[in-house]
Amino acid sequence: MTDAALEHVEMVRRPVRRVLLGSVRELALVPAIAVLFVVGIFTSPAFFTTANFSNTAQFSAALGMVVVAESLILLTGSFDLSLQSIYGLAPMIGAWLIVSKDAQGLGTKWNPGLGILVVIGIGAAVGLFNGFMIVKLRFNAFIFTLAMLILLAGLQQGIVSGRTIYDMPPSFIYLGGAYWAGFPVSAWVTAAVFLAAALFLRYHRAGRAIYAIGGNLEAARAAGIKVDRIRIGVFTLAGALAAVAGLMIAGQVVAVTANQGNNLIFTVFAAAVIGGIALEGGRGRMIGAFTGVVLLGLVNNVLVLRNTSTFWIDAANGAIILIALGLARVVALVRT
Amino acid sequence: MTFDPTTEEGRPEHLRPPAAEAEAIWKSFARTEALQDVSVSVLPGECHALVGRNGAGKSTLVGILTGLLKPDAGTVRLYGEPAPAPGDRAAWQQRVACVYQRSMVIPSLSVGENIFLNRAEGSLVRWRELRRQARGLVLEWGFDLDVDQPVDELSVEQKQIVEIARAIAIGARFLILDEPTAALESRAIERLFERVRRVKASGVAILYISHHLEEIYEICDRATVLRDGRRIVSAPVTELDHERLVAAMVGGDLARTSREQAAVAVDGPPRLRIRGLSAATPLGSVENVSLMVHAGECVGLFGLRGSGAVTIADAVVGLVRPSAGAIEIDGGVGYVPEDRHARGFVPTLGVDENLTLSILDRLSRLGFISGPRRREVADAMSERLQIVASSGEQLLSELSGGNQQKVVVGRALAAEPSVLVVVSPTVGVDVASKEVLLGVVDRAREDGTAVLLVSDDLDELRICTRVLVVRRGTIVRELGTPPWDRHELISAAEGLEAA
Repeated sequence: MTDAALEHVEMVRRPVRRVLLGSVRELALVPAIAVLFVVGIFTSPAFFTTANFSNTAQFSAALGMVVVAESLILLTGSFDLSLQSIYGLAPMIGAWLIVSKDAQGLGTKWNPGLGILVVIGIGAAVGLFNGFMIVKLRFNAFIFTLAMLILLAGLQQGIVSGRTIYDMPPSFIYLGGAYWAGFPVSAWVTAAVFLAAALFLRYHRAGRAIYAIGGNLEAARAAGIKVDRIRIGVFTLAGALAAVAGLMIAGQVVAVTANQGNNLIFTVFAAAVIGGIALEGGRGRMIGAFTGVVLLGLVNNVLVLRNTSTFWIDAANGAIILIALGLARVVALVRT
Repeated sequence: MTFDPTTEEGRPEHLRPPAAEAEAIWKSFARTEALQDVSVSVLPGECHALVGRNGAGKSTLVGILTGLLKPDAGTVRLYGEPAPAPGDRAAWQQRVACVYQRSMVIPSLSVGENIFLNRAEGSLVRWRELRRQARGLVLEWGFDLDVDQPVDELSVEQKQIVEIARAIAIGARFLILDEPTAALESRAIERLFERVRRVKASGVAILYISHHLEEIYEICDRATVLRDGRRIVSAPVTELDHERLVAAMVGGDLARTSREQAAVAVDGPPRLRIRGLSAATPLGSVENVSLMVHAGECVGLFGLRGSGAVTIADAVVGLVRPSAGAIEIDGGVGYVPEDRHARGFVPTLGVDENLTLSILDRLSRLGFISGPRRREVADAMSERLQIVASSGEQLLSELSGGNQQKVVVGRALAAEPSVLVVVSPTVGVDVASKEVLLGVVDRAREDGTAVLLVSDDLDELRICTRVLVVRRGTIVRELGTPPWDRHELISAAEGLEAA
């Protein structure tokens, strides 16, 4: 069709109904979040304060970063369980190379900047390895990344013999500890990463290719999309993001424990899935995953403010996740 | 170098090169020669039919013309230029678009995005521009599509339109339609033909593949017939009458089935009676089908893929729920499914266990299975079917296709059913196993089992005592006395009446 002929095509706006219907999956959690806000306000006067939101944001930032990483992989129709071990091992090795022997380091005392590069490099390298093995050598994603999860977590324990690394230089913990405009740097960074990922998925052709691959791999390949390259690239990027998230949490607690990252992956999957990222791939948006992270953060915050026993918080989290999944299922049924 | 077919348009027609030209193509896989010295040329503005029975080499030729397969010998030229390098998908896509049998759309994305899939210029997608172009294209061609609708909400027909729209959007001047009517209703087929005529009128060359020969006479200009990997004939359809077309597909020899089955006289009530069966499935709907099978009879249901023949079998064994009609069965049903890998056997269990899977209640007491009794039953069955296995413990996954299929048939017979439903029992098995399998089914029939055999393989029909031809969901012909006339069977199944 020529451009001249296109001039006469009347541009019709996307009907509002269609836009809303398309977003129903992503916005399903908004009412639940609103309810939590109301409950929070009635629970404690400390809830609706900048300090509390700042704390909650800090609490959720590292998790949110890993949720972005896992969501990208899920959208391509795969997944990586070992992100939680990258989250633990990468900052562990970075810290180990830069702190003194007294603080459980190796004693090499590398420059902290170099340490941060090592952290990101390890994340990317593990992600690349996982991606290559799953995409090119056709390993089953579940069993392969489970084995990697166990292996990397074991290395994390072994390197420091189960001890905790501390006394890290300020630049290494800046990301997790510093504040900008009253809010933690980690929260700003995670918010920016969410936004960047959302824009990338919406407007970049590689982002659209991720949806196409997850939606129908054969069709994507037939359309000339470099399927393998993009899938492996996403694994690599996700590994790097998980490593940065690990650096955040290390900065927040000013230490790297031998257990950092334990059980994190369950919460990551829960946040992504209740936020509308489909496990079978090709469906879901970053705004949805973001609401998933916010919901889980608020639930935890409200429970803490209500002085719920820490021993009960996990059970409450599980119940909330089940309810959210039930809601998502109802929404899916209504839509069809 | 960019490719611009429009420069060809000023030239007089007889000087224009063919849109696609395959010359002396040879291609073999492992042991089979898929294509031997095949040449085809498709002209701009022409709809060219590619005809042949299953295994004739059509899919291989399509693979070569779309750049997905590399020929062993021979050349492909597109609009007079040598074909792009095998790995250069982008270049192939610019020249050839193919609408495959299986859907190649992305369900979670919108119609507009599917039309312009992976076609952003530069690295960013300009949504306004994409929607505007998609709308323009949809309006220009009169497609009934909302460009903002997610594709998973569309009907099969609409998804196919999306694929055709994508081919047009790419600007490919050579379009391959692979069985485009297989999943469509008759009104949708009419609309598809209208679109094909429009695309053709704009100068696009079309290679049209279909099992339904009457479609070819309706919209194609020329036809090429393949048989056993060779080109038998290429000619204008006006010069190919029905007789000649079917003869080219089937071959001159073996006009009648080899072994002759004696006609069987039946009396008494039928073992299987189907009355007014209607069922809708994506694999071929059926409407108001009635038939009877008596003890000692083998009734063949002959039909092409998607004709509904398999749906009738699935309805009898309860895998498809009929929307109307009644199925009456006197006694138990044994079933040999079409896809033995998916439904036929458990690959991780041994021969004996697979053979006796459906009769465990008879071999067990309080739920505990008697090993010796099972071995006894399984051994007898193994001998009857001449199953070649190292032992009764050998896993099914380790057996050859022919022996796996024998186990599937054995399991169906183990329960001594009064009705046996068999779907394409010898697909993909070697010649010797084929003889054994057909012999066993035939013996079961002689012993008084009522057999319903669904097949699109003429050779399997030789054990039938009666054949019903199914086309587009109804029984269009009954052949009562063997031997069967191949031309008559194929003409009826393809929707042609032999002149």
